[in-house]
Amino acid sequence: MPCSNFVSPAARKERFLDRRSQPPSSFLPPSPRPSASPAKMIHSLFLINASGDIFLEKHWKSVVSRSVCDYFFEAQERATEPENVPPVIPTPHHYLISVLRHRIYFVAVIQSEVPPLFVIEFLHRVVDTFQVRGHSPLLFSLFMSASFMPTHLPASSPRLQDYFGVCTEAAIKDNVVVVYELLEEMLDNGFPLATESNILKELIKPPTILRTMVNTITGSTNVGEQLPTGQLSVVPWRRTGVKYTNNEAYFDVVEEIDAIIDKSGSTITAEIQGVIDACVKLTGMPDLTLSFMNPRLLDDVSFHPCVRFKRWEAERILSFIPPDGNFRLLSYHVSSQNLVAIPVYVKHNITFREGSSQGRFDLTLGPKQTMGKAVESVLVSSQLPRGVLNANLNPSQGTYTFDPVTKLLSWDVGKINPQKLPRLKVNRLDMYGEKYKPFKGIKYMTKAGKFQSLDVVEPEILLTQKLRCLNPYAPSPDHSQSLHVCRGFRSERSTFVSSRCNDVWFETHS
Amino acid sequence: MSTTALYNDQQGGAEAAVEAGQETTATSSSSGAAFGLFSTDFKKNEDLKEMLESNKESLKLEAMKRIVQLISKGKNASDLFPAVVKNVASKNIELKKLVYVYLVRYAEEQQDLALLSISTFQRALKDPNQFIRASALRVLSSIRVPIIVPIMMLAIKEAASDLSPYVRKTSAHAIQKLYSLDADQKEQLIEVIEKLLKDKSTLVAGSVVMAFEEVCPDRIDLIHINYRKLCNLLVDVEEWGQVVIINMLTRYARTQFASPWKEDGILDENEKAFYDSDSEEKQGQREAKPYIMDPDHRLLLRNTKPLLQSRNTAVVMAVAQLYWHLAPKHEVSIVTKSLVRLLRSHREVQYVVLQNIATMSIQRKGMFEPHMKSFYVRSTDATHIKTLKLEILTNLANEANISTILREFQTYVKSQDKAFAAATIQAIGRCATNISEVTDTCLNGLVLLLSNRDETVVAESVVVIKKLLQTQPTQHCDIIKHMAKLFDNITVPMARASILWLMGEYCERVPKIAPDVLRKMAKTFTSEEDIVKLQTVNLAAKLYLTNSKQTKLLTQYILNLGKYDQNYDIRDRTRFIRQLIVPSEKSGALNKYARRILLASKPAPVLESAFKDRDRFQLGTLSHSLNIKTTGYQELSDWPAVAPDPSVRNVEVIEPVQEWAPSLGKAKKPKSDKFYSDDEEKEEEGSGSGSEDSSSRSSSSSSSEESGSESEEESSRDLEKTSSDSEKSSSGSEASSSESESQQKKKKRAKKVTPRKSKQAAADSDSDENGNGPVGKTSSSSAESSSDSESDSEEDSSSDDSPAPQKKTVAKTKPKVEVKSKKEVSLLDLDDFSAAPPSAPKSSVFSSSLLSDLEGLSLSNVSSAMQVTTSSFGPVKTYELLHHMTGKGLSAKYHFPRQPCLYQPSMVAVQVILTNSSDHSLEEIHIGDQSPASLNVHCFNTVERLEPGASVSVSLGIDFSDSTQAANFQLCTKEDQFSVSIQPAVGELLMPSTMKEPDFCSEQKKLMGMNETSATIAMATANTSKQNISKQVLSVANVGVVSSDQNNLQRFAGRTISSGALVLVTLELRESSTALLTINTEKTVMASMLLRDLKQALCQA
Repeated sequence: MPCSNFVSPAARKERFLDRRSQPPSSFLPPSPRPSASPAKMIHSLFLINASGDIFLEKHWKSVVSRSVCDYFFEAQERATEPENVPPVIPTPHHYLISVLRHRIYFVAVIQSEVPPLFVIEFLHRVVDTFQVRGHSPLLFSLFMSASFMPTHLPASSPRLQDYFGVCTEAAIKDNVVVVYELLEEMLDNGFPLATESNILKELIKPPTILRTMVNTITGSTNVGEQLPTGQLSVVPWRRTGVKYTNNEAYFDVVEEIDAIIDKSGSTITAEIQGVIDACVKLTGMPDLTLSFMNPRLLDDVSFHPCVRFKRWEAERILSFIPPDGNFRLLSYHVSSQNLVAIPVYVKHNITFREGSSQGRFDLTLGPKQTMGKAVESVLVSSQLPRGVLNANLNPSQGTYTFDPVTKLLSWDVGKINPQKLPRLKVNRLDMYGEKYKPFKGIKYMTKAGKFQSLDVVEPEILLTQKLRCLNPYAPSPDHSQSLHVCRGFRSERSTFVSSRCNDVWFETHS
Repeated sequence: MSTTALYNDQQGGAEAAVEAGQETTATSSSSGAAFGLFSTDFKKNEDLKEMLESNKESLKLEAMKRIVQLISKGKNASDLFPAVVKNVASKNIELKKLVYVYLVRYAEEQQDLALLSISTFQRALKDPNQFIRASALRVLSSIRVPIIVPIMMLAIKEAASDLSPYVRKTSAHAIQKLYSLDADQKEQLIEVIEKLLKDKSTLVAGSVVMAFEEVCPDRIDLIHINYRKLCNLLVDVEEWGQVVIINMLTRYARTQFASPWKEDGILDENEKAFYDSDSEEKQGQREAKPYIMDPDHRLLLRNTKPLLQSRNTAVVMAVAQLYWHLAPKHEVSIVTKSLVRLLRSHREVQYVVLQNIATMSIQRKGMFEPHMKSFYVRSTDATHIKTLKLEILTNLANEANISTILREFQTYVKSQDKAFAAATIQAIGRCATNISEVTDTCLNGLVLLLSNRDETVVAESVVVIKKLLQTQPTQHCDIIKHMAKLFDNITVPMARASILWLMGEYCERVPKIAPDVLRKMAKTFTSEEDIVKLQTVNLAAKLYLTNSKQTKLLTQYILNLGKYDQNYDIRDRTRFIRQLIVPSEKSGALNKYARRILLASKPAPVLESAFKDRDRFQLGTLSHSLNIKTTGYQELSDWPAVAPDPSVRNVEVIEPVQEWAPSLGKAKKPKSDKFYSDDEEKEEEGSGSGSEDSSSRSSSSSSSEESGSESEEESSRDLEKTSSDSEKSSSGSEASSSESESQQKKKKRAKKVTPRKSKQAAADSDSDENGNGPVGKTSSSSAESSSDSESDSEEDSSSDDSPAPQKKTVAKTKPKVEVKSKKEVSLLDLDDFSAAPPSAPKSSVFSSSLLSDLEGLSLSNVSSAMQVTTSSFGPVKTYELLHHMTGKGLSAKYHFPRQPCLYQPSMVAVQVILTNSSDHSLEEIHIGDQSPASLNVHCFNTVERLEPGASVSVSLGIDFSDSTQAANFQLCTKEDQFSVSIQPAVGELLMPSTMKEPDFCSEQKKLMGMNETSATIAMATANTSKQNISKQVLSVANVGVVSSDQNNLQRFAGRTISSGALVLVTLELRESSTALLTINTEKTVMASMLLRDLKQALCQA
């Protein structure tokens, strides 16, 4: 919270203006509004890019001056990393709740008490509406190359289009009008009105290349030609009158393992976060049930609102009328209390040479269980400290890159030996309420989530040794990689990410 | 319809193009960029005006798009108002929408011109399309022009009774807008809110509660009659509405219900003990129960629980805070898992959830301790996330896990994130003070850190060590010496100051070093930071008082330096100290006390969580997040001392059908008359409770209701159906007789279900919805046929939309819904009907047993298929608690009455008989200290006086947590204390569970492998008959018999009392009097103990 000594001049100005209780913007006349009870929920929304420019603003009630964002900029300055900006910031007359997605801050201005998660969840939902979940390379760029996601995903599940492919500043700027229309529909008086993308798409059609071109030429619109005439669909998440020539349903079972491994390679904690993402393109109002071979694996589940909870409780069967298109059917969590096997092991070792400023960093990676399938697309990223000048690497397998600016070391190991994982298996999918036979496909995928391996570097060593020159070492056996760092290497943890994508099967129901 | 279909076809056709588009997002954005070029190419606003006034729609649209872009950039476009407002009546929908956007933004500034558009909206409010009506109302109410308040008021009132729920929702939003525009309309708006609160549409509920919260949050009386409806609708309300409703209901419940947290020992217990020996003790227990949860309170808890599974994190958090603030203490922990799940969500979500967990974990360590590892810090976490996780780990630390946590902390100290490393050191300090076992370890660890390279780490360590030493200064002069040695190397001012303070404070323990440090400081005094100078002056003063011989000159020198320091604080301090310690004429009396002032023993600083007092704010709120009271924050009131009259929530007339009917609002249901609705609610109530509750209770409740409405054949049948709904109506003793009956009923029900299914053309995947298999298929045909015709006619009567004849109340809700609209039914959970009664029951029909039904509800998460019954029979073994010789005349015996404990369901009831065999009367017999503290013992009330030869029976409740750990406590009289202990046999930690054979088998299948323990036993010859075996088994364990046709198999089922885990016992008789004894349960330890006991019992006899 900005206390009096640290307020920037601009913020001070805003506070002063706020005290006069009128919008301080120069071109706005004083508000005739009597100061009734402060309005609830979301008052305004500002979109701010990484360099601190407000590139979009939207107000649902009276206009709040941009200068309120100065408090946000202050917090941004104080934070060392973009992620460190606190999500909730109080200002004298407003509260700012922000989320950071794709290097864009979505800053909501709140005037009074509201559950912060309410706003945060809504802002994330806005971003999710703008783009298909899981399709953003940015999302993954932090710790893993985008390589494995996009190459595998669209192959099995043809995605329905969403508003923009990726939610970037450019995409938003180019589609300002659509964004505005969407925001207008999503929020009424600061309270969410329609957030289901199925309904929104019925109201406002997503821009496509074709339509954009046609629109530009003919001047026609993105808004539905006619408003839906009748009732809003009785199933709030599904639009009415869906028709397909090919009826298809695809399910991706994606499991991510989060683990922390200590320096000796033993697992400190490991948990599984799984999701079933679906792409259902079925005519009419299909009523689906999905059953699992091993539902007991599901420890803690959260559902899309379409899933009938009682049925799950009683029979462990997912029964639902799906939304049209892509959606996340359920996500589940297998907690650290259960034993979660990790497909690979990681060991690393850092040594420094007496009296010289160089060190050696060995990283060993191998499959943990030999049963089963191969581990593919293994990628190790290691954030090296700023003091590292250069790294000379000698991988026994795969390729590596070291970015001397971000000090990020990535080692693309590729495929490792077979092993097997226990995982959720879909038993069968049945459909009721419609006559046709759909095409069904299910894909399993296990990915690394947040893998960390601990590395305890003795601080004493760091005190006495300054490393400078580089010296190549011979590679160690067993997929190991040696790298040499200089200048006080003291990464306390390195990040490890592996991924796996295989075992795709399709089933055509007869 | 046709257009959307068209759209879809189009989409199907363009599929390939779309897919291509996926890969080539670059193209799309480049084309967008081209579009951007167009728009950035604009000239001045003049050409916009021309474009708007042109005849071409495309030009107008283009102009509006550019205007919207201007608005989005925060540029002023108000001068175009006259040109824009003309287009408000445009036929082009997108153009119209954009004009709306513009109007809402600028109408306030251009009030006169804005009025031109009003008539258009008024016309649109009458449009046949609901979307046009809704959007007209939205825009009209968003125009903040005071002059149109009456028009808005009228529009809102009209929209509030619109046929479309979507429009009604919009009107609820408009209420808030109008209120913020003109607060004088409050009274009228409250009327509209009152009306909308009665609305049965799930679409409206959230919005109107929002309006309620904003306009008249204090009018809690408006909620009363809608309370039950809101609870029941909750699951189907859209996510955002759920959050608002849950928060409102939390507030409501805190004003309307009695606290479930009361210590229930307050009420008179002697009376209860009296009852216990009575034959009607079950009844007695219920009624004498000190705290009975209001059924409405329970309803709220039960109906919010499924929402923990919501994908919306705000909903999960709302439910979590509701449980935290409303649920009995032992139920709160069901939210743990869901909260931990949220930690995998976005960073911002994590932040808020962790804050709440931090507050919770201070009060309830146990809730999160099993999930401790989920709070381990990752180096990729943002700093504020790390700090919060650290906070939680520190809160969770106890003797058992401290070593693990400290090991984890060791890693954190080495973090590159220095703020985090410093926070870790603080956390270590907190652990050290809280857990005395590790204080020394931590202290040593911190001393090691003093030689760390990083200054912040060192400084923080010094500060923490200082605090730690202050709490226990006795034998730590070594550490002080060590710090004195390091002093030269430490540069951080705060750390230097801390060391100086320590030197001064404990100068008598380090008499040789302290003066030397002062000497060094005298040399560098001028170049030190202010804070160090101040402490140097302090050190000098203290040394002067204790060791003036060595330090007099040094002190004078330092005081002289300080006298001329640039900083006035230091000059002040120096002057003050000089007057205090150096005796002179002026200094007066104070001088005498200098030593007592400066060297007074100081209270140790308390190292405590920053979240310690956060619980003054309601969890999940903005105020809680920021730890300040935000605007508009409403305090959560304390529980009322006495709950207000619960009858206010009774609904006069119940129209259950409407809630489930599609909310088109076209066909108003005829109002059912009163007795009719009574039946209805009984059915609902019974099925609602029966699904989870013990069958003996539900059957007793149904029988009492039956007697009330004997004449009504219809309704009693209904009730029977209810009890078969709950699937088990038989209690263990009368299993055989009621078995066939219930099967018949089930058959009836199955009959009813079938047409329903076929109607919606949704054949279930299971052949039998209940999963019961073909058990009841062979039952009598007469009952079948009668029920057949019965249900058929019901179906008919309800299928044509005519008002249902009064008699056909049975199953009214169910078939009707389907018939109303086929789409509607597919939305609904068929299984929902039993558990979520659609209408609010009338409390006049609540019998006391029903109350207890509801109260017992979700205490255990027993699945609906099985219920726990009270024990039928069983031999009573009495154990000695206290012999009269050791007890100086007081003897005590105990037995396990095998009744559900009346204090808490997780407790084992123990009956203690106290006898006075001495020759004088004993007074004040009560329970003293207990150990271990973890076992929760509910004591009996003090027995004031026990005459010689008399005996009294009292009852205890002990929560053994499913272990056979003995409960040790002291039995005290006025004069003496006797240590006694109760060790339960493993069989007493169970309660019987009634289930059908198929259920048993299916449950057993789930508990194979690790969860199965078995042994072959040689049976004693006396035990071969079925009765004898049962007797033996029941004597050992408090389980229920599962009736079975198979002669060689005997099955028993029970549940553990604390955790409700199933315990299934199977005894398979083999030839030559051997038998295979199998126990299936998750509690493997219990299984092996039980196996041993059973084996023993069956072998001897």
